[in-house]
Amino acid sequence: MSYFTNIMVISLTAILVENFVLVKFLGICPFLGVSKQTKTAVGMGGAVMFVMTISSAMTWLVQKFLLEPLHLEYLQTIAFILVIAALVQFVEMALEKLSPALYDSLGIYLPLITTNCAVLGAAILTQQKGYDFVETVVFGLSAGIGFTLAIVLFSGVRERLETSDIPEALQGFPSALIAAALISLAFFGFQGLKLG
Amino acid sequence: MEILYAVLVLGGLGVLFGLGLGLASKVFKVERDIRIQKIMETLPCANCGGCGFAGCSAFATAVVEKGADPASCTVGGAACAEKVSEIMGVKASFERKTARVRCAGDCEHAPLKFEFHGLANCESVSKVAGGSKACAYGCLGLGSCVQMCEYQAISIVDGVAQVNENKCYGCGKCASVCPRHLIEVVPAQKKYFVACTNKDKGSFMKDVCSAGCIGCKLCEKACEYEAISVENNLAKIDYEKCTSCGACAEKCPKKIIHMVEIAE
Repeated sequence: MSYFTNIMVISLTAILVENFVLVKFLGICPFLGVSKQTKTAVGMGGAVMFVMTISSAMTWLVQKFLLEPLHLEYLQTIAFILVIAALVQFVEMALEKLSPALYDSLGIYLPLITTNCAVLGAAILTQQKGYDFVETVVFGLSAGIGFTLAIVLFSGVRERLETSDIPEALQGFPSALIAAALISLAFFGFQGLKLG
Repeated sequence: MEILYAVLVLGGLGVLFGLGLGLASKVFKVERDIRIQKIMETLPCANCGGCGFAGCSAFATAVVEKGADPASCTVGGAACAEKVSEIMGVKASFERKTARVRCAGDCEHAPLKFEFHGLANCESVSKVAGGSKACAYGCLGLGSCVQMCEYQAISIVDGVAQVNENKCYGCGKCASVCPRHLIEVVPAQKKYFVACTNKDKGSFMKDVCSAGCIGCKLCEKACEYEAISVENNLAKIDYEKCTSCGACAEKCPKKIIHMVEIAE
């Protein structure tokens, strides 16, 4: 398998077969919280994609050049969280300056990326899978794309649910959860995909 | 030695990120209107939402950027309205507001249909056969409003909620939680209010509550200012026109237009 094929396999696996939200069930909080409108969902997806890519790269560097040479692997979680938290802070500042509209629409969910398990999950999974730097960046970006795909698809469904005639007891959140389960089931279909 | 590395690595990372963020906050500095901060300092920071905004900070931003009424903060009262208006350079026009419970159907006047032994909140009893009170509009008396009030201004007396107007700031939280929607937030210096929300006809009214409005229209005739009118068998005061003269209360055969003693 050539290097390029390998990269493609990693990317497609992270987007479809092992979609972070719908298959691995990571990052459910923003998935449910910011998916009421497609517009904000796209914004959130973009923020997560950005943070995931850079945080995967940063954490890989921290792991390879700081933690491993000094045998401090046991500090992985705390060091990664430090990196992610600083990054999210940075993204928040940059967004407030560069795109106030997006900053307003993301509201409290942007700081929530700090404790978003999908971001930390991406960083830790790359270490477990033993990826090199390029693979790590691709994996982080693809995981972000997968998250964006899931949240945008879901927000489309929710926008339709908003206007449809649903029994009163299921209106709002319950119907959204059922829809999420159905999308998740649909994504399990990708399990049969043989890549590479 | 090992532990020193751990401390150095994490500490070093922390310092590095701290410096980086400090730098970023300079580069990406957003110029905020200084008045927002000033208004925030004068607000009581109860974050009650009584002004209609998501919290004190949202209110301050709305005053400066969207021209919201500086006197909207009900908790801060006249003093706060004055300060906020001063910051904004406009004249204050604060009107103290208070919640009033529009029901007089206490244990003596309003009979029960059944005894309720469920979750002790108004929402749940209102869903069982239209509530335990015979009157389908009256106060259920389980005190959901009491739980909501942050100022201990409302209490249940004799099965009906009662507002202590000296403690009430008129934030309207009690009104929002009442399943019967019978709590009204009105200007506090208006003395009179109709203590009933029942829209049944007078003949039905007699069966469910002996203290309710029967829609006889005597108050409507008594009012010189056309401030009180009877709609759907229920008297309603228009506080824009009401002068608190009390003519309506005098004429009311059921004595359902109550007068509030206003402490100055």
